[in-house]
Amino acid sequence: MKIHKYDTVIVGAGGAGMRAAIEATKRSRTAVLTKLYPTRSHTGAAQGGMAAALANVEEDNWEWHTFDTIKGGDYLVDQDAAEILAKEAIDAVLDLEKMGLPFNRTPDGTIDQRRFGGHSRNHGEAPVRRSCYAADRTGHMILQTLYQNCVKEGVEFFNEFYVLDQLLVEVDGVKKSAGVVAYELATGEIHVFQAKAVIYASGGTGKFFKVTSNAHTLTGDGQAAVYRRGLPLEDMEFFQFHPTGIWRMGILLTEGARGEGGILRNKDGERFMEKYAPVMKDLASRDVVSRSIYTEIREGRGCGPEGDHVYLDLTHLPPEQLDAKLPDITEFARTYLGIEPYTDPIPIQPTAHYAMGGIPTNVQGEVLRDNTTVVPGLYAAGEVACVSVHGANRLGTNSLLDINVFGKRAGIAAAEYSATASHIELPEDPSSQVVAQIERLRTATGNERVADIRRELQECMDANVMVFRTEQTIKTAVEKIAELRERYLNVSVQDKGKRYNTDLLEAVELGNLLDLAEVMAVSALARKESRGGHYREDYPNRDDVNFMRHTMAYREVGDDGTESIRLDYKPVVQTRYQPMERKY
Amino acid sequence: MATPTLDKTDAAGTPEPGFADSPYITATFRIRRFNPEISAEAVWEDFQLEIDPKERVLDALHKIKWDQDGTLTFRRSCAHGICGSDAMRINGKNRLACKTLIKDLNPAKPITVEPIKGLTVLKDLVVDMEPFFQAYRDVMPFLITKETNEPTRERLQTAEDRERFDDTTKCILCAACTSSCPVFWNDGQYFGPAAIVNAHRFIFDSRDDAGEQRLEILNDKDGVWRCRTTFNCTDACPRGIEVTKAIQEVKRALITRRF
Repeated sequence: MKIHKYDTVIVGAGGAGMRAAIEATKRSRTAVLTKLYPTRSHTGAAQGGMAAALANVEEDNWEWHTFDTIKGGDYLVDQDAAEILAKEAIDAVLDLEKMGLPFNRTPDGTIDQRRFGGHSRNHGEAPVRRSCYAADRTGHMILQTLYQNCVKEGVEFFNEFYVLDQLLVEVDGVKKSAGVVAYELATGEIHVFQAKAVIYASGGTGKFFKVTSNAHTLTGDGQAAVYRRGLPLEDMEFFQFHPTGIWRMGILLTEGARGEGGILRNKDGERFMEKYAPVMKDLASRDVVSRSIYTEIREGRGCGPEGDHVYLDLTHLPPEQLDAKLPDITEFARTYLGIEPYTDPIPIQPTAHYAMGGIPTNVQGEVLRDNTTVVPGLYAAGEVACVSVHGANRLGTNSLLDINVFGKRAGIAAAEYSATASHIELPEDPSSQVVAQIERLRTATGNERVADIRRELQECMDANVMVFRTEQTIKTAVEKIAELRERYLNVSVQDKGKRYNTDLLEAVELGNLLDLAEVMAVSALARKESRGGHYREDYPNRDDVNFMRHTMAYREVGDDGTESIRLDYKPVVQTRYQPMERKY
Repeated sequence: MATPTLDKTDAAGTPEPGFADSPYITATFRIRRFNPEISAEAVWEDFQLEIDPKERVLDALHKIKWDQDGTLTFRRSCAHGICGSDAMRINGKNRLACKTLIKDLNPAKPITVEPIKGLTVLKDLVVDMEPFFQAYRDVMPFLITKETNEPTRERLQTAEDRERFDDTTKCILCAACTSSCPVFWNDGQYFGPAAIVNAHRFIFDSRDDAGEQRLEILNDKDGVWRCRTTFNCTDACPRGIEVTKAIQEVKRALITRRF
């Protein structure tokens, strides 16, 4: 075991982690731990853009953006946080431009903007051009630009270091963060990073679904690490299903395709979104569009012999426009489907895309241990966190925004805390839990295989807690997950070595996914209403009287060692916007 | 009723709609294995599997790892050609495993998979990426401006100026180009195509003021002049970047000092 000592440790090197690192490195001795290489993070897969009311191409302002974000989140958004997001969006985009990000340009040379789902002029009058973009690889450009600036600032990275445990130590009756424990993939060695401040920026949990836009590596590692240490997870039942994933594969096709004029059609060629969202049509919010697609499919208007998908039609757009604005996604269609998007519509289906819920934080990125109390020295930002700016459904382009605004805030807040706080003494044997976990998995001889359990988990999640849910389907999922968690105890790996043991890594990741899937299902079962991404067919309406509140899920361990999930609730921060019926 | 489940494998044996002419096939993957914990020698190992030829090589590697041999080791993440983790040498050519479909590889013959060349192999298909990233860092891959006061709004850039370096912004640092370059194989000191591509991205950015410095770095004995214009890099690039052209543009800029 090696011990390292830093002021600030950042877990994850995607957009939020690197944006935080740029700030933290200027102010404190900082280390960034990532289980990949920085430029491999899934921020790079984001396509369509980053929202900011620059008003470069038409009238716009941050107040409209705030409203759209709150309405898009079906009023579960904390309104103070949404206001910060929309206000600071403008500087966040300008910061990136100054760092070198090559945005597409208007004829005047300013940053160009395009339409995106749920973003509107004057509180829902019509779509507005708010998404700042770089072709359809905006996330790639953000990830590259942030990495470039990390190189410039001399940010210290520990690549292929996998954080497995969060150290919390009680000092004078207050639980504080003392550091993290990481597993070095190259050698199998355990490292303890003692730090005054720790920032989680380790991304989402999408791999518990089968059809997903998420990378193989998005396994909720940060959420699981803090949850196992007794900290809550907020709003985990809210997961976003992006309307346009490549049929069966789940690979994302940006909403920017519809922003550029693309149209969704059923097997009759009908532009069905006109029925469901007369004003915003194909650019309604993602939860609305995904439900509409599955309604078409269930009512027999899906495409193909099995009627199990619909089409994204770009054929009416000029090829030059597709080449200039959507080069990557048109290439995906050619590579993976053998389809020419100039002339043929692209088969699509909703794909599991984004966790709205996560580690609860306040607007400074400080992690909460209950509804109000912060854990000194612990921060989170990006998809791993729940501020909550996305509420029950995130708007497209607000996640690239979130990582920049709250990544920066967390980086500054953590480094400022590091400047005044002192290191906390490590617990006696800080790596004991991780060593035990790794050794158990490495030496286990049970007959369960990681791949089987993961496959069953993903199929169960797709079948039972996806776009449409009922009490019955969620209960099925809860029971299945419990069974899989039992079986996981008998899992063994074939690779018993220390060097680059990705077999072992996948087993650890599966453990995280199982824990988080259970939290999601249990949270969903208790929310007897429909709101944003959480749609209950048995409770099809939003219920503001009983459920205008955030779910807070805690892991409890009984005296006999049995684990359970305790649900609590947290009020939503409402400032100026009264909940209204949501129409697009 | 729950969300319709779209299960690719649940109809095992039934041909997929629209692809009735492409049933599952048996393919052999001949993979270069190396694990210094077990042996100092690398060996070829064959794996056979039933697979839909429209699947990716990465899907095949996963099937092998998940169902046959958990010790098979490779890097991967996004699985659709964006993250740059899974560059490898497939049938003798550098490609991303996640962007290469089995049907495009003549699966009647064994498909060979080996690590990219010129970088130290650490285990199976995993190589040491550090020299590659060091060369990248050496070209100062970040915007450098002379202005002392930051503008309050964005810097202006015409669409034409933006277009000038568009191609080289696509780079995902997968190392497929650099590790396909015979000069790099022979001499690991050469910066390699990827570093030059990333220098190009800034040299030709109208907002940047450090083009001269980067050109001097690349004027070094291990810089652009080592390029022998074999076009391996352009062929290898999974992002379709005209790598050799970018290198030529940097060479031209070194001669004319205009960029």
